[in-house]
Amino acid sequence: MTLAELVLGIMFVGLIAYGLFGGADFGAGIWDLLAGGTRRGARQREVIEHAIGPVWEANHVWLIFVLVVLWTAFSPAFAAVVTTLYIPLTLAAFGMIARGAAFAFRKSITTLGMRRFLGASFALSSLVTPYFLGAVVGGVASGRVPPGIATGNVLTSWLNPTSVLGGVMAVLVCAYLAAVFLCSDAVREGADDLADEFRLRALGTAGVTGAVGLAGLFVLRSDAPLLWDGLTGRAVPVVALSVLAGIAAVVCLMLRRFAEARVASAAAVTAILVGWAVAQYPYILVPDVTIEDAAQGRATLQAMLIALAGGAVILVPALVYLYRLFQHVPEHADDATAPYPAGGATIL
Amino acid sequence: MEPLQLVADAAQNLYPARMQMALSLGWHIIFSCFGIAFPVLTVFAEWRGHKRGDQALTDLARTWAKAMGVLFAAGAVSGTLLSFEMGILWPGLMGRFGEIFGFPFVLEGYAFFIEAIFVGIYLFGWNRMSPRAHMLSALPMIISGMAGAFFVVAANAWMNNPTGFVLDAGGRVVEAHPWAAMFGPSTWPQTVHMLLAAYMVVGFTVASVYAIGMLRGRRDRHHRYGLLIPLTVAAVVTPVQIGVGDWIAGTVAENQPAKLAAMEGVYGTHSRVPLSLGGIYYDNELHYAVEIPWGLSLLIHHDPNGVVEGLQDIPADQRPPVNVVHLAYNVMVGIGSALLLLAFLFGWTWWRRRRIPETPWFLRAVAVSGVGAILALESGWITTEVGRQPWIVYGILRTADAVSPAPGLFLGFYAVVAIYVVLTALTVIVLRRLARQPETQAPQEIDAAPPEQSSDEMAVR
Repeated sequence: MTLAELVLGIMFVGLIAYGLFGGADFGAGIWDLLAGGTRRGARQREVIEHAIGPVWEANHVWLIFVLVVLWTAFSPAFAAVVTTLYIPLTLAAFGMIARGAAFAFRKSITTLGMRRFLGASFALSSLVTPYFLGAVVGGVASGRVPPGIATGNVLTSWLNPTSVLGGVMAVLVCAYLAAVFLCSDAVREGADDLADEFRLRALGTAGVTGAVGLAGLFVLRSDAPLLWDGLTGRAVPVVALSVLAGIAAVVCLMLRRFAEARVASAAAVTAILVGWAVAQYPYILVPDVTIEDAAQGRATLQAMLIALAGGAVILVPALVYLYRLFQHVPEHADDATAPYPAGGATIL
Repeated sequence: MEPLQLVADAAQNLYPARMQMALSLGWHIIFSCFGIAFPVLTVFAEWRGHKRGDQALTDLARTWAKAMGVLFAAGAVSGTLLSFEMGILWPGLMGRFGEIFGFPFVLEGYAFFIEAIFVGIYLFGWNRMSPRAHMLSALPMIISGMAGAFFVVAANAWMNNPTGFVLDAGGRVVEAHPWAAMFGPSTWPQTVHMLLAAYMVVGFTVASVYAIGMLRGRRDRHHRYGLLIPLTVAAVVTPVQIGVGDWIAGTVAENQPAKLAAMEGVYGTHSRVPLSLGGIYYDNELHYAVEIPWGLSLLIHHDPNGVVEGLQDIPADQRPPVNVVHLAYNVMVGIGSALLLLAFLFGWTWWRRRRIPETPWFLRAVAVSGVGAILALESGWITTEVGRQPWIVYGILRTADAVSPAPGLFLGFYAVVAIYVVLTALTVIVLRRLARQPETQAPQEIDAAPPEQSSDEMAVR
């Protein structure tokens, strides 16, 4: 493994973390959107709110981590991607602002109209943001981003079959992960009937995601032949792993083993992302620029590795401390108005 | 795409892209200040409250902690947009210098992560941790806030004084030293200037809230402490900032003579250059300015005969827009001096009489000092950013060559304006509610029982 591959690999770990934590977070917002009218959906929304209150700011950080590593270690390729695909990326950034701000502020607001407006912004942006990010991946994976600044078509690079597939898959995967994760959240809150609803949704989205994924392979064969070759060649073991983990997750859901279902569904989604990476290897911009072509000088890559390792040494104990704090703190604080978690919460 | 078309698009994008960046950064910089300095005030109030068993101080700390949560959330989302814009708007900078310029942002990413974790622990741990542990948990938050500011300002200082790399004949970076690049000549003066500015902004802004309360007749202990603590911090920092201003002016004179000449509207290169206040610059001359004889020579060289380089020596196409820079600089210095006067008045009264001056005029002055400090912050930032033009990397890369030529990019500016109008309104509404009804929840608070089970659940979620 070269130095550049190592740095890219670490970036990809961040991307997987974003896919899982951020994905479930977006998905929860999608279910918030589909929860029904103000009164009927209230209980579901409450479970959702409690489940993601703790996480949303952390997900910003994972994405920022991915962006800064890419722009520092693979600057020219990064510049090519963000300039050609600036429209979906800008829209995704707007979505993140709308989502974060609405989610953060809606509980401080009491008038019904404002709360509805903020709730709708939160839910809608949860749907469109992953779509645009998936469309960006589709544009890159189907070789629509040529090297150079803004040299690709700023419209067809994300309005094309592979991007649509990427966007739809991203939304489905988010909804699927969230539904699986919310099952145990609902059980934890003592709402077994809601757990059943989320379980049905998890099974449903699992089926739809699988079907779209299979059909998508044929889209890729005609629209992104290089990716198709990779997925049906080098990446076959990873794709198989993804299918197996997906089936295992469905079985766990059937048996109501929600904790195990979480692990299996996370593994399935991880395998999808890894499958994409393996299929696209060694290109960072299909089909012209390889990882080695795009990598920056040795001094920068080494500095990056030192910074990433040093940062992790500080970050990991801090995260562990946060988990331990949540674990050990007594269930009810001494007064009812005590600030309840989660700014802290913000991170997990 | 045709090369000619690309040039046309880039020209069309340049101004809106600059305005979009200015708006996004100008908004974010205010919230960053609160991220840096507000925890210090809050923990101080908490510490004194705990030590003296004074409920008024403890309540004050609680209110501040909640406001901190709101401001942190607003800062986090606006920061996310910036990390997109950096590449989308300025690919010429990121593509060519990303390996140097991007590095401090990698470190900043970590600093932000740590800050977010401990902002969370601090808010979550209220009444749940021992007071000692709780106050200690604020320490990493304070340190990472300052570290984050250092990394971001180091990147900006590099744009002013690019160091730590070697270019080949074609202008490509062939040798990069990202660590060295973070410590150029401007890094320390700029960082210290920014950190002190953050303490001034937060100190005067928070004090102004309570000054307004006192003007409306609320003179309880809560309001007195709410005025006293932040105003003391601001009053201590302000004179230091004036000294740092001298340091940074020297750095600018040495490394960016064009910026200094624009700040003062100096055309000819002379000795015994006056310090000019106000005025309009046209026909290569500053008109209608009030001049302090020898002022600039004294300021820069500490010698009336010191020679100051004028715009005359700078090629015409490399001069920054003088009026904007000169005016912004004057506004910053003017407000800074007024704040110094206020700090002095406060300090004097406290020293002689051990009390806050409670005359309406003093309270009115404090009440506007918050807005004043923010204005000074923004004008200082305009001075350094516009003063660097037409360069994005001083002397090496022009802003016009760094902007993305992607068609339609300029439309993003209008969208960003709309978004920030809404975001500002929301932030203000929530903060006002918080001020009126202390039981209002901060974004990071959860109204139900905290999640209690196993940590792996938490980990997955």
